[in-house]
Order: sequence, then structure tokens, then C-alpha cells
Amino acid sequence: MNAVLAIIRRDLLLAMRRKSEVLTALFFFIIVASLFPLGIGPESALLRTIAPGVIWVSALLATMLGLARLFAPDHADGTLEQMVLSPTPLGLLVTGKIAAHWITTGLPLVLLAPVLGIQFDLDVGALGVLVVALLLGTPLLSLIGAIGAALTLGVRGGGVLVSLLVLPLYVPALIFGAGAVESHISGLGAGGHLSLLAALLALAVFFAPWATTAALRISLE
Amino acid sequence: MSNRLISWFKYASPQSFYPLAGRMIPWFWALTAVFGVIGLWVSFFVAPTDFQQGEGYRIIFIHVPAAWMSMFLYVVMATWAGLGLALNTRLSGMMAQAIAPTGALMAFLSLWTGALWGKPMWGAWWVWDARLTSALILFFLYIGFIALQAAIDDARRADKAGAILALVGVVNVPIIYFSVKWWNTLHQGSTINLAKAPSMATTMLWGMLLMALAFWMYSIAVALTRVRAIILEREAHTEWVKDLNEVKA
Repeated sequence: MNAVLAIIRRDLLLAMRRKSEVLTALFFFIIVASLFPLGIGPESALLRTIAPGVIWVSALLATMLGLARLFAPDHADGTLEQMVLSPTPLGLLVTGKIAAHWITTGLPLVLLAPVLGIQFDLDVGALGVLVVALLLGTPLLSLIGAIGAALTLGVRGGGVLVSLLVLPLYVPALIFGAGAVESHISGLGAGGHLSLLAALLALAVFFAPWATTAALRISLE
Repeated sequence: MSNRLISWFKYASPQSFYPLAGRMIPWFWALTAVFGVIGLWVSFFVAPTDFQQGEGYRIIFIHVPAAWMSMFLYVVMATWAGLGLALNTRLSGMMAQAIAPTGALMAFLSLWTGALWGKPMWGAWWVWDARLTSALILFFLYIGFIALQAAIDDARRADKAGAILALVGVVNVPIIYFSVKWWNTLHQGSTINLAKAPSMATTMLWGMLLMALAFWMYSIAVALTRVRAIILEREAHTEWVKDLNEVKA
């Protein structure tokens, strides 16, 4: 457990020392979400309808943008090999890295989402559901994304490739995440969607670090 | 092991599988032709005209087998990939790599023929329905698998990385299917249901099953042909490949 906390602390510290990388993904999220009204038009009824989808797709893309940072720097300077050699199971260390990745990319998205939601004229209840859905969904995105990041480690054109591998796997998160907000707006209640999202998260917490570890070992062979 | 009738592990080596595949390919092509000709004959001349959909429905004789194969081949590919990871056999990875393009082709065919069928029946080339959308995502998964394998130069590493992706994909396919299904459903209910009598004429069912068999045999024949090419490519440095007649010539 100490090792996991140490990894999280180290990755957060590294992120703090290079703030621009974290902020880039965050501003990317804001800019992408802000482009949609410019392309579609300012009618608030239309914006309210597309808001959950637009914010979720932007979150998907922003998370994906941060995936390159997950393992590549550690791979480049040899830290990753030391982690594989360390007595602590690699799966735990990977879980720590994914947690740190979520804190630096996922959590800021969750905190910023209400601001974007206001831009899209969502009411307070819908904003609350949006935050809860993102709180459950963004760790899921980090967990699934980590598999893709590990598979494309040190591969030619890895940055573009990771999007091809990961985005189809993000579909359930997108559907249930955006669906939660939509069904709240239409008065059906968001409980079902949020439960499914939480179930997916539980599944991913169990399996994703394991698959990521296997992929990392293959990359480092 | 040696007292078994057939030693399966003997054929896990590319060297002994290469000639075996070569001997099997003509048979599967022949079966493809037989099932294909009978299947097409049944589906064009024997099967009655549908009273609602007219003659246009006949595209399902291509569409449904292609859709079946696209899903089935993904599972087969993932099985080979999993075997390759578990037993560390080289041939399994080659099989997975050989199946992927055929699977992608089937997924594409099912989307394409689906669009051709959808235009006269629904009045739209494409609708965002559960099965269409999950078929599209299945196609993306195939493309991702092929792209990942193509991007890694070391063949063994490509096999293993692809295997993990295929296994992650196979866990995800049902999740994606149900998530998309609950998201939106407009597609007509499944025409063939094992629990109840099929809601179509028996000859239509026969035509579809024959075409499915033809597609199946075609997929095996093509995958075996492709795996032979992959074996030659990867084992080009070995003595037995250099001794092959087709390589010498």
C-alpha cells in the first residue's frame, strides 16, 4: 500500500513540476466543448439537448490526450523497467499510476464540467447528475485507456494508434454517462445509468490493471 | 502424449502445419463452391418472394451470414490469441493475424449489405440502431487489432500485444452490444430464434444456412492461405522454408 501511495505522490509531484502538460489537456477539454455551440448555433433548447453528449465526448478526447503521458516518460528514462524489477507487484504500481493519472486529468474535468454545463444552459439538477456521472466515468476512462497506452508503448505512431484502440472501448462509458444526464433531463431518473456506470467501473478496477500489467511486460520484453 | 491417435501439438509447429494447411485449402475451396452454388440457387430461385419486402429481402442471404461470421470470427481470433498467450505457441498468433482481415471484411460486408437493404426497407442507408452501431464498433475493433499488429515490427511482440487487445475486445463486445441496445433499438427482432419456430419460410432458412456454411468454408480457406503466407514470411530464415519447392522455384 505504501508503494502505491509513493507512486501516486511521485506522479502528482511530477505533474505539479510540469503544470503545462496537465493544463493543456484541461484547456483542450474546454475549447472542444466550446466549439460545438459555435458550429451548431446558439439556440438554448438545442444546446441543452446536446450538452451531455458534447461534454462527455470532450472528456473522452481530453482523457485520451493525456494517455501518452501515462507510461511513455517512465519508459523513456528506464523508471518503468525498475518498477518491473521491484519487489512490489507491478499490478499495484500500475494501479497507483492510473490513480495519479485520474487525479491529474480526470478530476479536473469533473470539477470543470459544471462550468461548461452552465454554458450549455443545464439546470442545477442536471449539473449534479453530470458531475456524478463524470466522477464514476472518468476513472473508467483512465483504466481502459491505460491498457491502450501500455499496448502502444514504444510503438511507431503510438499517439494516433492509441485513439484507434481505445475509443471503441469507450463507447459504453459514453452511452451510460451521457445517458444518465439525458434521462434525468427527460424526467426518467438517472439511477439506472449511474448504477451501470458504477458496475462497469467495478469491473474495470478489477481487470484493467491486470491487462495493463500484461501489456507492459510485453512492451518491455 | 505419443500413444494418442493424433498428436495435436505436432501441428502447433509452423513447419508441420504449413504442408497440412496446403493440403486442406483445396478441400475448403471445393466446399465453398458446393455450398455457395446450392445456397445461391436456393436463395434466388427456390426461396419464395417475401410478401412484405418483395425481392429486395434476398440480400439477407449475404447479409446475415456475413454478420454471423464477423462476430464468430472475432471470437475465433480471440481464442487463437488467448491460446497463443497461454501456451506460447507461435502458430496461434499467426492464426489470429490471418483471421483478422477476413473478419474485418465480413464486418464491412454486413454493414454494406445492411445499408443496401435498409434503403428500400427503412428508407435510410443508415440508422443509429443497436445492431448496426455495434457492428460498426466491431469493425473498428478489427481495424484497431490490424493497426496494432502492423505498427509493431517484432512479430512475437505484435502477436502478444494483439492478443491482449483481442481478449479485452472480446470481453467488451457483449458490454458494447447491450449498452448500444439499451441506448436505442429500431432493428427488426432476430429472425432466427432457437427458442421458438423461425418466423420465415423453411426454404429461406435453408438458403441462409447454406450461405452461412459457404461463408464459413470460404473464411477457413482464406485464413489458411493467409497463414501459409505469414509462415513463409516469418520463417524465411529457416532451412525448411528454403528447401520448399515453391520457394526454390
